[in-house]
Amino acid sequence: MIYWQIFLAFFLPGILGYGGGPASIPLIENEVVDKYGWLTSIEFSNVLALGNALPGPIATKMAGYIGYAEGGVFGAFVGLFATIAPSLILMIALLSILMKHKNSPKVKKMTTIVRPIIAILLGIMTFDFFNNSYSGIGITQTIIISIFALLFLEKWKIHPAYVIGGALVYGAVFLA
Amino acid sequence: MMKQWKLFLAFFRVGMLGYGGGPSSIPLIHTEVVDKYKWLSKDDFSDVLAIGNALPGPIGTKLAGYVGWRIGGIFGMLNAIIATTLPTVILLLLLLTTLNHFIGIGWVQGMSKAVVPVVGVMLTMLTWEFIQKSRESLGLKTTGILLVVGFVLLYIFNIHPAILIGCLIGYSFISRSKKEQKKKVKAS
Repeated sequence: MIYWQIFLAFFLPGILGYGGGPASIPLIENEVVDKYGWLTSIEFSNVLALGNALPGPIATKMAGYIGYAEGGVFGAFVGLFATIAPSLILMIALLSILMKHKNSPKVKKMTTIVRPIIAILLGIMTFDFFNNSYSGIGITQTIIISIFALLFLEKWKIHPAYVIGGALVYGAVFLA
Repeated sequence: MMKQWKLFLAFFRVGMLGYGGGPSSIPLIHTEVVDKYKWLSKDDFSDVLAIGNALPGPIGTKLAGYVGWRIGGIFGMLNAIIATTLPTVILLLLLLTTLNHFIGIGWVQGMSKAVVPVVGVMLTMLTWEFIQKSRESLGLKTTGILLVVGFVLLYIFNIHPAILIGCLIGYSFISRSKKEQKKKVKAS
């Protein structure tokens, strides 16, 4: 029974939340706090805050933790499965059809006209990130880190792993 | 086997380096999948991202799962998903069960804050690449018009991206290409 509830609690946000994991957080809160009462809203925001301080996708972190807290290791597995599987299966099915007709002019046309829209979505996301950074660490730090990141990534072609590693060290030392 | 190990490594890095949830890992996935391992072409990645954005659910795992499936079948899919999600879930569990005050530690917060502008820069680069590619295939004028119209629809009128992408996909399949139209005229 608990496993079925865990499945439902994460299946619904997974299938209703557009815009990636962060967009589905309020939906998860609705299920977990308001509907099932597994966590209080303060507990939920604590888990969310810690989850945000860690790397990796956020929806699966929440699903894994809450699933574990309610139903042990199998509960964590059910939470992850309910979050990931439904949209992934749809994605694989749709893309398989698309890739089969990859050379048809219609698919090529689709690829080209959808691209600017993806650029806008990425652009809006870019703005959100800079905006978050501005409200978190201020304009000076944001500009300094951005300029160095741009130089390392674009000019010196350093792998992002090292650049992010460097930023982590910088943050631990100078932004603590 | 080597391929599966590479898949694991690629998505482990994506999972461990993407601060800010799945969307922040899009440029990282692009780096690994397109630039480094060349599993997908830029065009394919763009299609995958379009479909991924048109569907609900977390984006990081959708991308990981699809790339894993394409490169290494069902096992590759599970492998990529596990590599993206499991390490950080375990980290969160360990921290919440053992170090409850971890969140208050200043340097931890400093670390995750410093990464935000780096992700911003990476997203800027990826956005720019998409605009450049559009300009190559559609020309400056069409790209410009689509960018402006798209921005107004998405941002000013708050049209849902899934609806807009769905309409564009529908349009490209329903509308006849110029060649077909000419053939029709000749036939009639």
